[in-house]
Amino acid sequence: MTKRHPLRALLRQDLQRAWQHGGQSLLPLIFLFAVIAMIPLGLGPGPNLLAMIAPGMIWVAALLASLLALEGVFRPDLDDGTLEQWWVDDQPVLALICIRLGSHWLISALPIIVATPIAGEMLYLPAEALGLLMLTLLIGTPILSLIGALAAALTIQARQGSALLGLLIFPLTVPVLIFATGAVSAHLDGLTARPYVLLLISLFVLAATLVPLAIKKALQLNLE
Amino acid sequence: MWKRLKLAFHKLGSPPIFYRFAQTLIPWLWSLTGVGLAVGLYQALYVVPPDYQQGDSYRILYVHVPAAWQAMATYLIMAILAIIALVWRIRTAEIMAMVAAPIGAGFTLICLVTGAIWGEPMWGTWWAWDARLTSMLILLFIYLGIMGLYAAFDDHRQGAKMASVLVLVGVVNIPIIHFSVDWWTTLHQGSTINLFGPSSMDPTMLPPLIWMTVAVKFMFAAMLLQRARNELLAQDQRKQWTKRLIGDLIE
Repeated sequence: MTKRHPLRALLRQDLQRAWQHGGQSLLPLIFLFAVIAMIPLGLGPGPNLLAMIAPGMIWVAALLASLLALEGVFRPDLDDGTLEQWWVDDQPVLALICIRLGSHWLISALPIIVATPIAGEMLYLPAEALGLLMLTLLIGTPILSLIGALAAALTIQARQGSALLGLLIFPLTVPVLIFATGAVSAHLDGLTARPYVLLLISLFVLAATLVPLAIKKALQLNLE
Repeated sequence: MWKRLKLAFHKLGSPPIFYRFAQTLIPWLWSLTGVGLAVGLYQALYVVPPDYQQGDSYRILYVHVPAAWQAMATYLIMAILAIIALVWRIRTAEIMAMVAAPIGAGFTLICLVTGAIWGEPMWGTWWAWDARLTSMLILLFIYLGIMGLYAAFDDHRQGAKMASVLVLVGVVNIPIIHFSVDWWTTLHQGSTINLFGPSSMDPTMLPPLIWMTVAVKFMFAAMLLQRARNELLAQDQRKQWTKRLIGDLIE
């Protein structure tokens, strides 16, 4: 990591590593499709029922899929000492955390958003809801990444940390889930989705301003 | 006066002094709890008239409502203790914040269970996805998450610090969760259910509620100090002050 562009170097390194591990980086996406495929098997292939629950199911599947990649957000860097160097070397830690979150989102969430049309087709998602669903995923998944990364930072040295992750993340993501699926169902009911989308955006702004600080604190406490 | 208060606050950070402080306070707190519960329960069960619609079954509210209030108040107290723990790194505050979580979870559970018992004959269902019920359920999960995180560390202090950060994240998030859940149900099914609040309550029904609420506050304080004292003893069992205190029992 060169001293002059630590941020750019980190982003490049993260993306390169994800590219090298190809299949592993796509695990959340594959998991999403596995969950989506289980739904008709569990509920029956009736198009009406599936179309009705499709937006919520895709969101729940995305939420579950976002859990998968969290293990790798900070753990490898803690194990090989990179994390400690962030502080020792007087790096802009907060900015580095934000970059790490950004690259994590690009790798784990963006493929899911891009693949939403296919997942929607599998569940007979009404065509007029697709755009809005993708928009809510675009605003909502960064919040999931933020909360998930915070939980990952808190459990990084915990026993059975990955089992705890779900328990920590689920309650905190309730508002995201409610507003995102609320937007889509309001739209399908012929109402305006605007207030939901605006609330979702404000949640994102709130999370993006506060959560990195909490992550920094959590990582710092881990290094003590 | 201020200096003496400050000194007392700092002194409580020392485990032996905290232990003695808790030791002297606990019997008093339990006695007050006992008196409050006795008066409150007697009034609630025998003095207050039955409701004109619900008959006697409404009386469970005298357990349900104080438990619900305490479930929420516990989180607030835990958050204040977590701030003290993170800012001043006082170990007894860490321990008190962490032992508060199971108590809060307990009150949340009591609130949910008594609500379900009341709801079965009144609403005809044990559970409804009503805003308040859902908020309480999520609060329970948050408590469990805090307990789980604390328990997942071999180093108690490390676990307490991590869980304290989570407590503070919850402080920001709980109002948002409550608001979003409110919106979620009112939009989908309308407020078909009106929990009767104490504000619209008949004044004759109020005194037992006050007695019970105060009793539950004392009960919480007693349990908090007692649990903190026990946790302190368990963690410090090899330290000098513990050995001096109960040395004869261990040897």
